[in-house]
Amino acid sequence: MRFRAKGWFRSSALALGLGFLYAPIVLLVLYSFNSSRLVTVWAGFSLHWYGALFHDEAFGVATLTSLEVGAIAASLALVIGTLAGFGMARFARFPGRALFGFQLLAPLVVPEVILGLSLLLLFVACQSWFGWPSRGMLTITIAHATFGACFVSVLVRAQLAGFDRALEEAALDLGARPWTVLMRITIPGISPALVSGWLLAFTLSLDDLVVASFVTGPSATTLPMAVFSSVRLGVSPEINALATLFLLAVFALVALAGAVMARAERRRRVVA
Amino acid sequence: MTGFGRISRLMIIGAPFLWLTLFFLLPLLIVLKISLAESAVGIPPYTPLFVARDGTRELHATLTNFALVASDGLYLRAYLGSLGNAALATVLCLLIGYPIAYAILRARSAVRQLLLFLAILPFWTSFLIRVYAWIAILQPQGLLNRFLTALGLIAAPLPLLNNQFSVELGLVYSYLPFMILPLYGALSTLDPTLIEAAADLGARPWRSFLSVILPLTVPGIAAGSLLVLIPAIGEFVIPDLLGGPDNLMIGKVLWEEFFNNRDWPVAAAVAVLLVAGLAIPLLAAQRFLERGQTA
Repeated sequence: MRFRAKGWFRSSALALGLGFLYAPIVLLVLYSFNSSRLVTVWAGFSLHWYGALFHDEAFGVATLTSLEVGAIAASLALVIGTLAGFGMARFARFPGRALFGFQLLAPLVVPEVILGLSLLLLFVACQSWFGWPSRGMLTITIAHATFGACFVSVLVRAQLAGFDRALEEAALDLGARPWTVLMRITIPGISPALVSGWLLAFTLSLDDLVVASFVTGPSATTLPMAVFSSVRLGVSPEINALATLFLLAVFALVALAGAVMARAERRRRVVA
Repeated sequence: MTGFGRISRLMIIGAPFLWLTLFFLLPLLIVLKISLAESAVGIPPYTPLFVARDGTRELHATLTNFALVASDGLYLRAYLGSLGNAALATVLCLLIGYPIAYAILRARSAVRQLLLFLAILPFWTSFLIRVYAWIAILQPQGLLNRFLTALGLIAAPLPLLNNQFSVELGLVYSYLPFMILPLYGALSTLDPTLIEAAADLGARPWRSFLSVILPLTVPGIAAGSLLVLIPAIGEFVIPDLLGGPDNLMIGKVLWEEFFNNRDWPVAAAVAVLLVAGLAIPLLAAQRFLERGQTA
């Protein structure tokens, strides 16, 4: 290839771009170890704020709420999203396919305030008609499962597009029932998408402030809601410490997912 | 051939279809319904659309909420402000993201996966935390002002936070990964021989970029732009944490209408107008994203 952007141009684009993306995160982590109450003046290394964080009961309760909502919502999203992704990838024609496709993609980009407000109004209407559901963890879980499923379906569809259909057809020819083929050939074959889909739905749920704020009731406060109400009062080293732990957990999860997918990929190559 | 019979197909498609219709489409219709109701004191805080009278049901719909939104300059300014902020952020993301996506593609293959991973990783980490991180950097006694003062570049702290600048910075920072990924996807499907051909025919690098690479990556540019533009228009967290009182954005106005003024019908009317305004970009997004998925 003779077309070359100059090497220095590419290196500086990368350095500046990644620097821009990561500098705020690095500074945030650095200042979580600051002994001063002021977030912007370095006064020496300290783990004081991590200690303070562990004694803060409100954050503890909110963390547990978020983890529980996230795990259930991600699992629901995995089932719904996998079915949807499989249906869109494998059934070329069915009534309402265009509408179905729109409903799978629109929640990915529709502003969160719209998703939140519209779901809340649905839940309120349901409550006045049927007396159910009461707002809280259940309604947050339903909301998160809904947009999580859309993300899962995108990943599943992408992986199915690159999946060798000959394997499925061979199994069918050998007399396996369609559901057996789905469970024993297709699902294991797209497991990397399923792992990353669950993790993505989980982290999106853990991260969501806006939708949860709309659909929750007085009984449930998620971690982002607790963080947000504290952040509105100003920056504090305790939030920096919490953010650092959160980032650490997410990096660990993503690294784990990466390792799982890399292993699946290697095994697939060995088989093929 | 999947071998599935009709009932199996109905289950596979029907379950998620029903779920999304119940929890995505139906709620939007309810928003439309409540935008036609009147605000009331009670639970829920709006009047019913149908009122039973003499055994028949009477329709009680009103357009007063829309009239209010149309006549009060606040909402129009917020709509235009959101559109302007989001459009500028989209252009900036494109200008910043294109060289990054290109540089990632051209990196050695061993490094490429790592760079791509680093560019996407922020998408997985908390939005709220990443926006919060900028407050400590931008505030008057923040890290950037201290740094510039220490260097002797400025005498007094610059106003970096709670203004147009910080909102725009926050938008670009938060949505940049959404632009890099589709651009990288489009660039990676380019046939290198086309660029070689252009060079062999005597095209200079800029010429070959403008007349070969750029036109061929238009689908990626469109997908990335829509992924940034649409959510950025309705953004709430960034104008709330980084913006000032003058930076009206419609997502924040909707939030305050709902949580502070507790006027659900007006909030619903704002939402209806926002969705209506987003309908065309949404349909375009579906087209480009669908194409990306089947490719």
